[in-house]
Amino acid sequence: MSTIRVEHLTKHFGPKRAVDDVSFTVSTGEVLGFLGPNGAGKSTTMRMVTGFIPPTSGRVWIGGHDMWENPIPAKRLIGYLPENAPAYTDMTVYGFLSFVAELRGLRGQARKQAVHRVVELCFLESVLHQSVETLSKGYRHRTCLAQALLHDPPVLVLDEPTDGLDPNQKHEVRTLIRRMGEKKAIIFSTHILEEVDAACTRAIIIDRGRIVANGTPAELRARSELAGAVTLQIRRVAAAEVSRRLYQVPGVKRVSILEEQEDRVRARVFPAQPGINGTFTRAVGEAVQGWVLEELRVEEGRLDEVFRSITMPDTVRETS
Amino acid sequence: MNNIWAVVKRELSGYFASPVAYVYIVIFLLLSGFFTFMVGGFFERGEASLTAFFLWHPWFYLFLVPAVGMRLWAEERRVGTLELLLTMPITAWQAIVGKFFASWLFLGLALALTFPLVITVNYLGDPDNGVIFAAYCGSFLMAGAYLAITCMTSALTRNQVISFILAVVICLFLVLAGFPPVTNLLARWSAPLVELVASFSFITHFDAFQKGMLDTRDVVYFLSVMVLALFSTSVILRSLRAG
Repeated sequence: MSTIRVEHLTKHFGPKRAVDDVSFTVSTGEVLGFLGPNGAGKSTTMRMVTGFIPPTSGRVWIGGHDMWENPIPAKRLIGYLPENAPAYTDMTVYGFLSFVAELRGLRGQARKQAVHRVVELCFLESVLHQSVETLSKGYRHRTCLAQALLHDPPVLVLDEPTDGLDPNQKHEVRTLIRRMGEKKAIIFSTHILEEVDAACTRAIIIDRGRIVANGTPAELRARSELAGAVTLQIRRVAAAEVSRRLYQVPGVKRVSILEEQEDRVRARVFPAQPGINGTFTRAVGEAVQGWVLEELRVEEGRLDEVFRSITMPDTVRETS
Repeated sequence: MNNIWAVVKRELSGYFASPVAYVYIVIFLLLSGFFTFMVGGFFERGEASLTAFFLWHPWFYLFLVPAVGMRLWAEERRVGTLELLLTMPITAWQAIVGKFFASWLFLGLALALTFPLVITVNYLGDPDNGVIFAAYCGSFLMAGAYLAITCMTSALTRNQVISFILAVVICLFLVLAGFPPVTNLLARWSAPLVELVASFSFITHFDAFQKGMLDTRDVVYFLSVMVLALFSTSVILRSLRAG
């Protein structure tokens, strides 16, 4: 069963279409990465999913509850980390977490236990009785993340959860997301592509308010021009000869010489149909028989290239 | 109800987390003392009543109440916690009422701390404590009306100073509408209009309380100002979210 269901979500701000007909579902056990350039509509979509802003049209269901007709039960199921991790600056970390726990309906012993659990999970012991105002950005971020986890929600919506964290903290948060993703439905937005590989089971690329790609990280990578390309390094053969012979491989789109030294050539053969393809790889292997091969590698494709070619179609460049 | 109470507790702890609340109470007490004894001529009146004290309330609430309420929503908007608060499983109305009650209780506390004045008049003479009680009730209700208007202006902006100024301006209109120099001016122009305009004023409705009368009409007036202003707050917040 899909825990988050979004159908034809559209949001206008005046004449501007911030989100345009976005539909997707996330089931328990899935971690959905939300990718897109700044201003693509990621945060606006998340704000509609969490019920902060009403959509111009379209619907959001959280665990079967319609967010606009039945917001309270829907909101109960969600833990939300808004963009920039806001928190009440005039409270201590403990006070803030207790307050949120109370709004989440946790009382007495249950509340204490919940606060204790998230404090441990997010490494907040050392700042527990410090005012939120005096926290560094990393701690403030984790305080707000802790707030989202208090009631152990089945749905997590995290807007740039690793923003402003140092590399170690980023790693911890990604690990946490991946671990929690086994039992929850999670949406998180990012513009760091390596996070998609590190934490997501599926990714959506959104650009100018529209979904332009939706698939597993491997599927998205396969859309890269690089996917299935074969990179070779050969000794004692002239570049022109390498190029000539590789162009005769069936199904070839293009051959590019990456590097040329006195007695060594690096070349890359691109298939006409991107994607890893055994026939093409074997054909390249046959074509180079008799040469002194130093390297032969099949490229998986790169997410950043897919991202760029999808979100900036006019300026797509060849990646070397 | 639990949610409202959680919001009330948070807001109150927010006031007392910084020295601002204590400074505010001290200023409140100093100002009310100054007006009562120096400007109001408490001793010169030669009567055992708190008229000299309550007389000034519509005027010093004009600045002191917006100072308490200006941060209520403006700060939430500036820091971004509004998004957090309104995605919790509570209704916007619960949040609005909770925040309002917290500030109102705070004002009530400041007002209650003027109790030495009551002791003083009782020591010096034999005042009508019923009148004093009525006036305190009226003053508290009036503070609530000022506060609700401040709530509304606070939701309009992320800047506390702007919300303060807007609240002062709106409240000033509501005070002046019943201020004798203004009503006299209007009376020369059109008599029926005076009554209509004055009926919108805080001063007109507070007068009865000062005389010791708990008139339902005055109570309803202050309560309806509060409900109307808080309802406007919810409309403003809703349109804010809709973008």
